[in-house]
Amino acid sequence: MPTVSMTVNGKSVSAEVEPRTLLVQYLREHLGLTGTHVGCDTSQCGACVVHVDGESAKSCTMLAMQAEGSDVSTIEGLADGDTLHPMQEAFRENHGLQCGFCTPGMVMSAVDLVRTNADPSEQEVREWLEGNLCRCTGYHNIVKSILAGAKAMQG
Amino acid sequence: MNEMSNKWIGQSTIRPDGAEKVTGRAEFAADTNMPGMIWGSVLRSPHAHARIVSIDTSKAEAHPGVKAVVTAQDIVDFPVDTPVPLGIQDMRWMCRNIMAREKVLFHGHPLAAVAATSEAIAAEACKLIEMEYEVLPWVIEIEDAIKPDAPILHEYLEHDGKPSNITGTLEHKLGDVEEGFAQADVIIERSFTTRPVHQGYIEPHACLVSVAADGKTTIWSSSQGQFMVRAMTAMLTDMPQSDIRAIPAEIGGGFGGKTIVYLEPVATMLSKKSGRPVKMVMSREDVMRASGPTSGSMSTVKIGATKDGQIVAAEGTFYLQAGALPGSPIRGAAGCGFAPYNIPNVHSVGIDVVSNRSKVAAYRAPGAPIGAFAVESVLDEVAEALNIDPLELRLRHAAREGTKAAHGPTYPLIGFVETIEAAIEHPHYKAPLGKHQGRGVASGFWFNAGGESSAQVNITEDGNVVVTTGHPDIGGSRAAIANVAAELLGIDYRRVSVLIGDTATVGYSNLTGGSRVLFASAMAVTDSAGQVITTLCERAAKIWDIDPDAVTWEDGEARPAGDNAGQFEPLSLADIAAQATQTGGPIGHGAQLNTTGAQGGFATHICDVEVDMDLGIVKVLRYTSFQDVGRAVHPAYVEGQMQGGVAQGIGWALNEEYIFDKDGHVDNPGFLDYRMPVCSDLPMLDAVMIEVPNPAHPQGVRGVGEVPLVPALAAIANAVHNALGLRFSSLPMSPPKVLAALEMPEAAE
Repeated sequence: MPTVSMTVNGKSVSAEVEPRTLLVQYLREHLGLTGTHVGCDTSQCGACVVHVDGESAKSCTMLAMQAEGSDVSTIEGLADGDTLHPMQEAFRENHGLQCGFCTPGMVMSAVDLVRTNADPSEQEVREWLEGNLCRCTGYHNIVKSILAGAKAMQG
Repeated sequence: MNEMSNKWIGQSTIRPDGAEKVTGRAEFAADTNMPGMIWGSVLRSPHAHARIVSIDTSKAEAHPGVKAVVTAQDIVDFPVDTPVPLGIQDMRWMCRNIMAREKVLFHGHPLAAVAATSEAIAAEACKLIEMEYEVLPWVIEIEDAIKPDAPILHEYLEHDGKPSNITGTLEHKLGDVEEGFAQADVIIERSFTTRPVHQGYIEPHACLVSVAADGKTTIWSSSQGQFMVRAMTAMLTDMPQSDIRAIPAEIGGGFGGKTIVYLEPVATMLSKKSGRPVKMVMSREDVMRASGPTSGSMSTVKIGATKDGQIVAAEGTFYLQAGALPGSPIRGAAGCGFAPYNIPNVHSVGIDVVSNRSKVAAYRAPGAPIGAFAVESVLDEVAEALNIDPLELRLRHAAREGTKAAHGPTYPLIGFVETIEAAIEHPHYKAPLGKHQGRGVASGFWFNAGGESSAQVNITEDGNVVVTTGHPDIGGSRAAIANVAAELLGIDYRRVSVLIGDTATVGYSNLTGGSRVLFASAMAVTDSAGQVITTLCERAAKIWDIDPDAVTWEDGEARPAGDNAGQFEPLSLADIAAQATQTGGPIGHGAQLNTTGAQGGFATHICDVEVDMDLGIVKVLRYTSFQDVGRAVHPAYVEGQMQGGVAQGIGWALNEEYIFDKDGHVDNPGFLDYRMPVCSDLPMLDAVMIEVPNPAHPQGVRGVGEVPLVPALAAIANAVHNALGLRFSSLPMSPPKVLAALEMPEAAE
């Protein structure tokens, strides 16, 4: 089996994997990072969004080997110790979740949005989130959370 | 309870599971692992309907890495001639649903399962199972399934004395509809169809099961009821319930779809046979093909009114697709459709029809949106024919305290009228509309439920509080329970930790379903907390050496009841907890209740749409829902239920549908082609909560989770009619259908 090496949440990791191993399987099953979820297998729901070299990517639609040498960050790596990332805090405070299954992917996508667009409008948030499905909230509080989180990230 | 003094009830407090969920630490069922764990995979039917001639699993069993194979022979067979009810399910059908027995009844029906050292090996081994079938003609759509020459799914189920796919009927009658229609000046009769739609929870079904050598079994799974999982698994695997500990994982959405088991009994048998813990996770494709979407439907509704605007009679027939095995939500369709109105003569019939698609599971107010779509569309037409404002027509006939409903009850105090009045007064109802835009309104009803719930309230040694209840928390119920307990005990909500117990650690609690969780569990928590307060007062009395009756509990501390009781410094929860050992031991109480007094929920919706005349896309521009929420214990999560229900209704009305191909296979078993609303499809969804507290509940709670979906289909269809003058009697109003109807109005039917 080939060996794959990358940095995940700031730590160098290396493992032998079957070539068909998806990045999400590598994160969840080899590294135990189960905060990255699988909802659809076909890259519509976005529950599996992580950052690969700083940009959001759907880890269910990428082989682990495609992330060879990359800097990967997952929802587990976002908070600074006990201090939540402003986007995580915004979701918590604005009730931006009901069941919470889509939340890690939503938060990771939102952080990437703010990276590229520091002060997004409601419409820009809605369009950015087309690749992240939520079935509980009607997106109402998710949009509110992201607008609040974007503001907090500038603060 | 003095409403004005509420400190926590009515506050949108921070949810107790918030930090875990935003950091990815919350443990969902697929996140659970055990040493030595292996993976299960399911072989599913390639046919929509076939008799099973033989199954040969020998090659799969011999495949390297395979540890166990399970077929229907390993699952308890409940003979078809004796009903075995469990809640709203029947184990005759459950045993046949989780593993095909005599026949395969739908494409994707489980035939066998394999456990192996990896998921990939288990899936490979499934392909080595040799099946022999006698392929049978199949039928999926209701209109085909009820034809005299239709292929029959279950030869032993009869209707009108002969084998039939009609497997149940239900009838509600009030007054005399013939007499009623005879008085009518205007009679509108229309037929409607809706497509099967999936609950669409983002988390696929998953479980991990470990059966120890002595048979003691632990199940971690995603469900809407750990006690349901325990009972069904025990029955299907022939184990005593006491040997099974069902632990509810965090649940990634359910909406009714996780009120039955698919994987747990199968994983239990795989674990028993292999001696290893077994994990099973459905793919999205499996979820779409083989877990329960709700019914497709075919309805006819007829309403008669006098020319001065009095509705005198209403009649409805609702055919609902049950899927492969009996049990569609005809009660919701036939019962809820007319339930909002005071109509003297009503006749409503629900008809259950089996066909070769997966068995239905509950979906948010099961059946009610189907009933409301038909009734509320016809009401809109009646209002138009009589030239009466559609909300005014509804207000004139709105059920209120004392109204006798056709489905049985005479209503107690309800807040339906208030929802309509609030809608009429709301600026949304008067806002101007542009070109190709339209506005629709509709109302809806859901029964709501009470039933069994348990709770335990324990005081920790340092004077904080742990509350355990028995219901998986789908939408924030722990946050609401924290508010209730904090209010009762007079302490900050952050000092209350709310946990969901497993089947071994909390008393029996019925499903998270029927909009019952906060209603019933708040009653159990109120009872438990009341006992705790009595004990706290007794302990203070002991410390002060006075009579317990001379102590009261106020603002989180024990105080002398009055001057006669003596002069003592108040004792806080922490003070009393610190002396618990000396004053009588641990402080904690539980309650196991069978709650009653749940009362119906009502809602009224206003929806504005704009139709893209070139692309046929219906865009929801503005949506406001008005709901009698009883008492909003945690307003943000009540609004969340309202917004989530409306969003599902928008999906059902505009895009979502199961499409079957020429072989009876689901042609769109994924989120690319099964088109649920995405963020950019929706506007902000305004939720107006109207509080008419339920007098039968200590906090005034009414169920709030399901009724928000009920009016939505009709509100949107009525808005499209207002925009285009076209009445869609067939859902979804998807772009190709809208375009076709713009060319040729018959396409809307």
